[in-house]
Amino acid sequence: MTTDPNQIQLTADGKLKHFLTIEGLSKELLTEILDTADSFISTQERAVKKVPLLRGKTVVNLFFENSTRTRSTFELAATRLSADILNLDISRSATAKGETLMDTLWNLEAMYSDMFVVRHADSGAAHFIAEHVTPNVAIINAGDGRHAHPTQAMLDMLTIRRHKGAIEGKVVAIVGDILHSRVARSQIHALNALGAAEVRVVGPATLLPRDIEALGCKAYYDFNLALRDCDVVIMLRLQKERMQNALLPSESEFFKLYGLTTEKLALAKPDAIVMHPGPINRGVEIESAVADGPQSVILNQVSYGIAVRMAVMAMAMSGQQASQQAAQQADDDAQGEASA
Amino acid sequence: MKYLHIRDARVISPDQQLDQICDIYVGEGRIRAIGQKPAGGTIESTLDAQGLWLLPGFIDLSSYLNEPGYPHRGTIASETLIAASAGFTHVCAQPLTRPVADSAAVVQLMLDKAASAGYTRVLPLGALTQGLEGEQLSNMVGLRNAGCVALSNARQPIKDAYVMRRLMEYAATYDIRLFLHANDAALSAGGVMHEGPTATRMGLAGIPETAETIALAQILLLAEQTGAKVHISQISCARSIEKLRDAWQHGLPVTADVAIANLCFTDACVNGFDSHFHVQPPLRSEADRQALLQAVNAGELAICSNHQQHEIAAKKAPFADSAAGMAVYGSFTGLLMGLINRGELELNATLRALSSLPAAVLQLQTGLQEGELFNASLIDPMAKTGQGLGGKVVATFVDGYRSFRTDVDSKAAL
Repeated sequence: MTTDPNQIQLTADGKLKHFLTIEGLSKELLTEILDTADSFISTQERAVKKVPLLRGKTVVNLFFENSTRTRSTFELAATRLSADILNLDISRSATAKGETLMDTLWNLEAMYSDMFVVRHADSGAAHFIAEHVTPNVAIINAGDGRHAHPTQAMLDMLTIRRHKGAIEGKVVAIVGDILHSRVARSQIHALNALGAAEVRVVGPATLLPRDIEALGCKAYYDFNLALRDCDVVIMLRLQKERMQNALLPSESEFFKLYGLTTEKLALAKPDAIVMHPGPINRGVEIESAVADGPQSVILNQVSYGIAVRMAVMAMAMSGQQASQQAAQQADDDAQGEASA
Repeated sequence: MKYLHIRDARVISPDQQLDQICDIYVGEGRIRAIGQKPAGGTIESTLDAQGLWLLPGFIDLSSYLNEPGYPHRGTIASETLIAASAGFTHVCAQPLTRPVADSAAVVQLMLDKAASAGYTRVLPLGALTQGLEGEQLSNMVGLRNAGCVALSNARQPIKDAYVMRRLMEYAATYDIRLFLHANDAALSAGGVMHEGPTATRMGLAGIPETAETIALAQILLLAEQTGAKVHISQISCARSIEKLRDAWQHGLPVTADVAIANLCFTDACVNGFDSHFHVQPPLRSEADRQALLQAVNAGELAICSNHQQHEIAAKKAPFADSAAGMAVYGSFTGLLMGLINRGELELNATLRALSSLPAAVLQLQTGLQEGELFNASLIDPMAKTGQGLGGKVVATFVDGYRSFRTDVDSKAAL
């Protein structure tokens, strides 16, 4: 039983070798990811955007759940690191033919893949693959069920750092469907590790999971109250099926209570920024005037997304190689001793 | 008469207020004497049981034996062998087989297989509804006549309160015993673990306690109305014990059990997405676990294994995709001794929860006393197993016949 995710995702000397969750990662490591991403942002502004860090490596995008946006940014990030990239839409190929998840992955591993970028509808899917299936392939979690979406959270942290100077001391509100949100869970862990003053989660009781405050945040039902003194307002996407599941009465009532409008935003600090992991539902969780307004950094988030994914992929690949070399060395030593 | 002589065992049988190191003589399947050899007869063989505990045979109120229908998971022979190695002499088999045990033919097949394997007695639980689909009553009387000790829906949902009422009324007419799982299907739908802080952190869909307590309240009220003979299978939370105590205070003769997993583990074990801990009912909070332990110590709950072996591939999957159910017979003795050694369970209460309480539910005889059938196990309480857990069953006896034995170091006489 592995209860500490870092036993899987970190090397013996504390470097990233998979990127599964933010939970348990140190401030130093998260800061290293942000610093590395920052350095890639400058390369993104050049005419030639490629760096050779993953040259000769094969990255497989394994999306068991559809997501054009996230997949595209991972694809761009891998391309800019000079990796070879393979996009597999697993949701309608292998598993539809009855192949198990493990068989699919072992086949890909046999093709000498170096990194899997995994999106899966089950919480813990990336952990499962890293722990039980292909531990020698670097696994990047691109979203697992309701559990974690660590690269999204890190690009959000980069956005806050670049626009607000730092995460330390900031008051951050995360608004909407927390219950189903892997993004919110990863953001809460990242904000706490990086020293945010207060993390607030905002929504009706049907969308705030039980005992959410145990993650290190404060639950608010009243959006107006939650906006007071906020430096950062993060709006989450509201899925239409929540209405059918008796979680909400209607989009209009939700917008009235938790939609971010110009008037509501005025309750936060005057220099507060507005974020959204996308894709946005205009008029459901956010008013167009706010989404396109001066305090919105939603499009910046998208461009930082590539830099953050480059950083994480480069770091995990290097950690994975180091850990395999160490294992190989230990093997050689053991053999040397045995023959001596 | 020829006797099996077991020498110098610590004989513990709480219902007989027996806990002493003594000899025991078994002849023609029954205990003939505890202490002095009976007059006449000869000793056929002697077992040196110094340092071992001789306990009443355990009676398991819930187990999934996977036969007929799931040979890749296990068979009646394989599952009862490992049950015997955990000290069980009687095993109630849930009707979740393929085909479902809703006909006399399937029940007869199970009994035949069990008899030819001979490791434990198998007590079939017939399907409460046809195909376990929760809608139409099974041929309850026919199943009872075929040898079912009770009827169960194997945690599959009963369609609604109407069907629950009618099946209780029908069962009550013929004094047929029902083993019911308290689980509101709508409230637990989609859930894979206890709804609480761990589920929230892991992003796994939770099963609230109310899925159990609401269903339990419904069962208790209908049992009171219909007079059905009801046993509640595997409760998991503290609030359910309160509901049961309330029913007992009103004189309702309902009984209940708890699965060993819920006494040993909590929802915190799911940290790390270990599918081993994906069970139904879910592992709940530490407060719930403490309340369940306390109820066992108070003699209020029987302990069952709820053993369920799955094929390896069914457990090797992301948590929510993995099959629910834990194969516990292999580690049962170690888990039990762990609870006793840590002082969480009292020895006498534990033995009652595994022998006399389930025996009372099933109206069987149990306990180590002269004249009774010899159903017992010999345990080495100091044995170390591979997992470092203490305790190991050395031999199990079913109706005087030694159904299981291991060879243990210096105790090679066994």
